[in-house]
Amino acid sequence: MAYITSDQLLAKLRQEIKEISVHELADKLDKGEITLVDIRGRDEWDQGHISGAAHIPRGFLELQIETRQANRRKPIAVMCAGGVRSLLGARDLQTMGYRNVVSVAGGFSGWKNAGYPFVVPRTLTPEQRNRYARHIVMPEVGEEGQLKLMDASVLLIGAGGLGSPAAIYLAAAGVGRIGLVDFDVVDTSNLQRQIIHRLDDVDKPKVESAAHTIGQLNPDVSVIGHRTQITSQNAFNIISQYDIVINGSDNFPTRYLVNDACVLLGKPLVDASVLRFEGQVTVFDTTKGGPCYRCLYPDPPPPGEVPSCAEGGVLGVLPGIIGSLEALEAIKLILGQGDPLVGRLLQYDALDGEFRALNIAKNPACPVCGEHPTVTELIDYNQFCGVPPVEVVSANGAQAAVSA
Amino acid sequence: MTTVRIPSPLRRYTNSQSKVQASGATVQELINNLEAEYPGVKSRLCDDSGQIKRYVNVFVNGNEIRTLQGPETPVAATDEISIVPAMAGGR
Repeated sequence: MAYITSDQLLAKLRQEIKEISVHELADKLDKGEITLVDIRGRDEWDQGHISGAAHIPRGFLELQIETRQANRRKPIAVMCAGGVRSLLGARDLQTMGYRNVVSVAGGFSGWKNAGYPFVVPRTLTPEQRNRYARHIVMPEVGEEGQLKLMDASVLLIGAGGLGSPAAIYLAAAGVGRIGLVDFDVVDTSNLQRQIIHRLDDVDKPKVESAAHTIGQLNPDVSVIGHRTQITSQNAFNIISQYDIVINGSDNFPTRYLVNDACVLLGKPLVDASVLRFEGQVTVFDTTKGGPCYRCLYPDPPPPGEVPSCAEGGVLGVLPGIIGSLEALEAIKLILGQGDPLVGRLLQYDALDGEFRALNIAKNPACPVCGEHPTVTELIDYNQFCGVPPVEVVSANGAQAAVSA
Repeated sequence: MTTVRIPSPLRRYTNSQSKVQASGATVQELINNLEAEYPGVKSRLCDDSGQIKRYVNVFVNGNEIRTLQGPETPVAATDEISIVPAMAGGR
């Protein structure tokens, strides 16, 4: 069988494949006339590439080209480092029927040496690429989405039943900064559902116990513990440090406080509550035209009318499901993917085994997010809910009567 | 008869049933008939003047009745009513 050397092969390809200079490429890119495919390896791409280029390493070129350009008549420029591999890549595309393929002579080195602009991307470390491999492989996340997660910050109100799974999944997903607001210490009766805490953590502050668990899971995540009750005095200061708030509190004054603070600061609030075998979850985002907690529940129930989990009980798994849904909604918001639960209340009845999405509307007369708001600053939420101030242990350990 | 979904805090009035059947041409009528069958339910849903309480939401086929015709919202036998009160539990 006749054979040719690699030099002969390249000489043959140079006859068959049209080459363009980096200057011609710059001109065509400026005019938006060509799809640029960079077929170099991952490491080469990471060290710098042309903005807007599609990166398909040569080994995947034939398999992935159609996701970038399926039309066989459209012009495609193939680029490598020096203009050799791109000849081989261009030939492969011609074999697939692409009729208007060119190879960039001189490749990326030529582009760079001619002084044309390029970008050096922020990238994940090899360890991170491995840890988040199952995120990165999904087109809805990808490396770009993973970097968004790593740049994001989420505040959890309460490190308890809902906060535990939410914090664990956000940390596992690589959300860069997680804030926890909780003044409580771990009690043995918490362990039935608050899976971020362990028996060894009993009597320790929940924010410390949660930070320890997250540190063991994903050291990339920074955890900020706010060992305090969230109040009208500190809410703006704490919430303004984060992109998204997840509510896992256990009382109405805190729910109205967190809602009002998020509306006034323009922060999306992922809200959920659980009781017995039932849970509900939604996203309040008035910046997207959605309703807020006060649109859904304009007034709180009188104290004692709706049982708390302490009074009514809650199946331990239930906050696991609903808190995980809260984490998922927060991640959707960070990635900008899918339809967030804005204007929809997702209700889960564990005994019936049914989820239902109920439509909730913005109330034009809402006192905080309506057309003529009357609540323009944080108020006394214990008074609003008709409950006496709660005795809490503040961060310095002193007993303090806190008016939420 | 219309299916009505009963939330946990109200199930003590409905012999622990999560779903009950009730009749009525409007939400208002349906609540009155529920009260006749399960005494105590109405006072948890409505205030003294008969208005739905502001921390309770009633949905007809997934749409909140304040966005429809309030208590006068018509109800058909094939409709599904969900009662969703505020719950605060989370920790």
